[in-house]
Amino acid sequence: MSLAPTWQAARLVLQRDLTLATRRWDEAAQPLIFYVVVTTLFPLATTPDLSQLRVISGGVVWVAALLASLLALESLFRSDVEDGTMEQWVLSGQPLGWLLLAKVLAHWILTGLPLVLMAPVVGTALGLPFSAWGTLMLSLLMGTGTLSILGGIGAALTVGVRRGSVLLSLLVLPLAMPLLIFGARAVAMAMDGESPSGPLQLLAAIFFLSLSLGPLAMSAAIRISVEN
Amino acid sequence: MWTWFHKFGSPPHAYRLLGKLAPWFGWTSLALILLATWWGLVKAPADYQQGDGFRILYVHAPSAWMSMFIYVVMAIAAAIGLIWRMKIAHAASAACAPVGASFTLLALVTGAIWGKPMWGTWWVWDARLTSELILLFLYLGYMALRSSFDDPQRADRAAAVLAIVGVINIPIIHYSVEWWTTLHQPASVTKMSRPTIALPMLIPLFLMIIGFQLYFGWVLCRRLRGEILRRERNASWLKEA
Repeated sequence: MSLAPTWQAARLVLQRDLTLATRRWDEAAQPLIFYVVVTTLFPLATTPDLSQLRVISGGVVWVAALLASLLALESLFRSDVEDGTMEQWVLSGQPLGWLLLAKVLAHWILTGLPLVLMAPVVGTALGLPFSAWGTLMLSLLMGTGTLSILGGIGAALTVGVRRGSVLLSLLVLPLAMPLLIFGARAVAMAMDGESPSGPLQLLAAIFFLSLSLGPLAMSAAIRISVEN
Repeated sequence: MWTWFHKFGSPPHAYRLLGKLAPWFGWTSLALILLATWWGLVKAPADYQQGDGFRILYVHAPSAWMSMFIYVVMAIAAAIGLIWRMKIAHAASAACAPVGASFTLLALVTGAIWGKPMWGTWWVWDARLTSELILLFLYLGYMALRSSFDDPQRADRAAAVLAIVGVINIPIIHYSVEWWTTLHQPASVTKMSRPTIALPMLIPLFLMIIGFQLYFGWVLCRRLRGEILRRERNASWLKEA
């Protein structure tokens, strides 16, 4: 089956990024380890009592996922911009948004998805009940996806800047705060036995908004970063 | 028809025009702010529930209004700069940011001062306060991004993209009190129906808002002139200006 050129290009970008990542597993695993370490910090800093930790468990897992994703975002576009690949993509005539979206998808598969899968484990360590696992994973699925896109916009704006990771966090965190509010709220509602459909639907709406408009912002930002 | 718009893109023309406009903005804003202050502090009747303490409204509400208004102005200037590639628009966007951040901070601080006697707490994590705080972070992030580039063109355009992406927060702040029943008072003025605030209290509020708007106009003229000077410091037209 012959695919349209854009699909082929996007698929190639995805394959390339995933293949490159498999050669450096340690780099791909670092955000996940950071995630587990950060969630460990909270019981050490507050209380070892599971019944008290349960109340904040959803929020802690979400904050840790947020921070771990941000850690990995700084290097999203850096190597491609440095060696000139990004310039070729800008000049390629393919819609830049699709290529960047493929890169963001690869990044999400490597960093966001492991966080989602690991969430029940770290959640249980903080006292999260089994009944909330589904909501936790679903909310984090949409949340990490949105975060990858928002982070992609931030990474595109700050690529090549000195100490760019701090600036990136400063830019992305305010935009990610609504995500955090709804995601943690959904998990809290699930723990209380209420239906979390309200916050989950809002999360989904934010996700689709960022999925549709994010690539536009990303490609505008990349063009600005690359042409000098 | 659009000549005036494109003429504004010329730095010497803009510099002269802003210099002529600034005193008009300045003196009218001073007059209106003084009038609204007297009216709000002295002439307006005391609130039946809050007594005289509500009068901080006359600083708090206009500041909050300006914080959102200036962000929108900043985003529109950024969009104009990106679309028409006018450096003046980017300079205007840069000039707006610290003013907007200051108004946001003022709104948050006056809100806290108001909240302590009325609600019993300096701060509460309700929807409107939280989203106003997020607005402050957006302003600070914008200013941080601007200052992190050496190349002024790249700084302008990257910051412009950020400003446009962040403008989604403004409707969230404004409608947050409708979407979530929270501690903060719902909208009394900018609704589709008649305002629910009493007229003797409303008039000084309007006057103060207009006064703050004119003040922003004055500050923007002065700051934009400063930005033009900074960007055009080596240009020959400056020697004659």
